[in-house]
Amino acid sequence: MKTKNKSSFSSKYWLIIITVVCVILLGIERFTDGGGPLRFIAGYTVIPMQKGISYVGRFMSDLTDNFETMEDMKKANKKLQTKIDELTIDNTRLRQEQYELERLRELYKLDENYSDYEKIGAHVIMNNGSNWYTDFTIDKGSKDGVQVNSNVLAGSGLVGIVTEVGPNYARVRSVIDDASNVSAMMLSTSDTCMVRGDLELMADGRLYFEKLANNDNEIEPGEQVVTSHVSSRFLQGLFIGYVSDIKVDPNNLTRSGYITPAVDFSKLQEVLVITTTKQDMLADDEESSEGE
Amino acid sequence: MKRRLITIAMILICFLLEGSVFHQLAFARIKPNLLIIVTSSFGFMRGKKEGMFVGVVSGLMADLFWGSTLGFNMLLYTVIGYVNGTFQRMFYDDDIKLPIMLIGSSGLVYGLATYACIYMLRGDFAFFTYLINIIFPELVYTILITLILYQVILHINKKLEAEEQRSASKFV
Repeated sequence: MKTKNKSSFSSKYWLIIITVVCVILLGIERFTDGGGPLRFIAGYTVIPMQKGISYVGRFMSDLTDNFETMEDMKKANKKLQTKIDELTIDNTRLRQEQYELERLRELYKLDENYSDYEKIGAHVIMNNGSNWYTDFTIDKGSKDGVQVNSNVLAGSGLVGIVTEVGPNYARVRSVIDDASNVSAMMLSTSDTCMVRGDLELMADGRLYFEKLANNDNEIEPGEQVVTSHVSSRFLQGLFIGYVSDIKVDPNNLTRSGYITPAVDFSKLQEVLVITTTKQDMLADDEESSEGE
Repeated sequence: MKRRLITIAMILICFLLEGSVFHQLAFARIKPNLLIIVTSSFGFMRGKKEGMFVGVVSGLMADLFWGSTLGFNMLLYTVIGYVNGTFQRMFYDDDIKLPIMLIGSSGLVYGLATYACIYMLRGDFAFFTYLINIIFPELVYTILITLILYQVILHINKKLEAEEQRSASKFV
């Protein structure tokens, strides 16, 4: 009986110690960027294991892909062929316009080119295990030039932004996360709006946009939405998705609605990270303007 | 020592699986919470201390890789492990009702606490939407996985206990 009492006292004692430690940690987080040595150790122990598991997973899914039937492949091939034809026509037209644009830009002395940012490829090695966040970890880190606030793409669309960088990994918060806010604009009219992730919409993979000025510019469903020129963290002109639904707010001043993202967030495997951040570009601009 | 290593290995495996395999197995983007199952079952199988130890390790992992602030999940999982440890005296191997009830309520507490401490403090009061869209589906899926995972944990625990008893009787 005596030993029983002793052990129950000491477990209570432990609970109090751990609680105090946790509260202190929560408090410290406000003043430092958090983690520090713990994150460093974890980066060198757990991340390699995670990489191993994701490698095995990729191998398995490749293996199952091999069993696709010939018929499916032919169908897909035909579809892609027609798409190539369409795109070739588009491309020639666009190239002509590109030449014209370059000529006009030269006239205007605008040398900014938003299309070719430097990108590196990365694999998704771990998704967030809790249902409250939508972020993931990739296998490239500060050693490969990834920085905090680097923008991340998959295919042609915007996926998210790097929130935390280790030497060999980085955490990316996707745009459908509840805490995500992206300053965006309509491609054709350049009207700005805010694109917000929402936990409720996460299940159908949609996004919410708001604060679009209710002016004379008509916006139809299907309109393309890209990141705006006023954003401080996102580079201009990254494709977010298509407007699927739009309505005028009760205040009659703004419009809001839903966006279907260009990226399927449930099956992300490879992503592209843009190594230059918006802050870098802004700093460069400032330096060059000071030099003049 | 061997027990500690096996326990940590189990937490690690559950953690790795949850981030990779269960993301693919998610129903409507809802994943089961394996770490709660491990923490809770070690709590009522092995007592308060062991439950707290498993809680600290799982909470730390969740905080470092999934959470936003260090310490929140650690505290939550530790308390869950401790409270489950108080039910050790009511626990029998062959009874599945108590484990399911305890793991279920641990999952519920985890969901409610996460909502209250992260979303409500941010000014998001759509409690019922979160309850119906996230907390309940997660609970159901977790309980479903418990039926399988719990048997594995129970089996490993039995093996370890038998071995410990053998080596203890050797010295007597």
